[in-house]
Amino acid sequence: MGLASAGSMPYQESKEEFLTTKLSHLIDLLRKQSINWSRKNSLWPMPFATACCGIELMATGASRYDIARFGAEVMRFTPRQCDLMICAGRVAIKTMPVLQRIYMQMAEPKWVISMGACASTGGVFDTYAVVQGVDQFLPVDVYVPGCPPRPETLLEGVMAIQRLVDNEGMINSKDRERGLGLVVQPTVQVEVEKGAGK
Amino acid sequence: MSAKITPVIELLQKQFSDIDFAPAPLLEMEDQSKEQWCVKVGADKLMAVMSFLRSDERCAFEQLSDLAGVDYLNFPNAKDRYGVTYSLLSLSNEHRLWVKVFVNDPNPEVPSVVSIWHGATWMEREVWDMFGVRFTDHPDLRRILTWEGFEAHPLRKDYPLTGRGERENFKVITRESA
Repeated sequence: MGLASAGSMPYQESKEEFLTTKLSHLIDLLRKQSINWSRKNSLWPMPFATACCGIELMATGASRYDIARFGAEVMRFTPRQCDLMICAGRVAIKTMPVLQRIYMQMAEPKWVISMGACASTGGVFDTYAVVQGVDQFLPVDVYVPGCPPRPETLLEGVMAIQRLVDNEGMINSKDRERGLGLVVQPTVQVEVEKGAGK
Repeated sequence: MSAKITPVIELLQKQFSDIDFAPAPLLEMEDQSKEQWCVKVGADKLMAVMSFLRSDERCAFEQLSDLAGVDYLNFPNAKDRYGVTYSLLSLSNEHRLWVKVFVNDPNPEVPSVVSIWHGATWMEREVWDMFGVRFTDHPDLRRILTWEGFEAHPLRKDYPLTGRGERENFKVITRESA
């Protein structure tokens, strides 16, 4: 409407249109703020702990460091209920497909922390059996340095994820509809008798 | 020579007079009673010697406590490429003996001792996986640490430490594709 009448005269918003636009902006802002606020304060981690970083991850969850202060204490061992993958420890060549599968099974929106030197770069394990950084094959959001990182460092990583979540625009449902890329073929065929149901 | 193992080695030499066992301590020690002794056997005579060591009551090695592979590539004064080491323990007679077998390329093969000690199953699978020494008559000789389809034997000395690209060979998951 604005483009069609652009040449002749400037587009004048009516009072009602002005109010509707501002109102929808306000609602959008509130939704974005509130949804992002709830998301960032209820990150449910998927603890993919394969080595000593996992011990620090446990310490982060325990009472002294208490990851519950950031709402991320609900470690779930099923990827369907998680939105924050914490990849803690070295990933062997036999584990990488498992890690990828778990990541793909997590529900959107999801974030990944690569915790420690091994998960980020392979660390000292420069051998045929250890993947040299999970970020080669997975989208990693935050790298937490250390060998292993102290719980404070991991908490800093979680806070970095919170800032990411806060600054991220709310993804609309059209963008979010990406699918998992997994195709399940039916493997069982039920044989129906001829004339059944008549 | 350690007093306990002496009769066993003498018995072996008497029983298999055609084999040169070349008995030697693994490590020479001041207190000779603490020495552990090792005998060498060819792959063709291994089953006869092992059955004798297990069944004869003066030997009675009931337990195969370890089975390991060695690659002697570029090892000083080594004549053979691969070695398989058996660590035998007799609980009833309280003595130990090490048995070594050497095999070479292109077809390193050792008879399986699973029929004598059933616990050898997984250890032999591990040696097959890591060194490529094939155990004949093994009931289930699959790889145990790497997966079926892995082509190399990683603990061979001519296998590069960083591998031949196995650790790079995954699909890349991006934010869009997941």
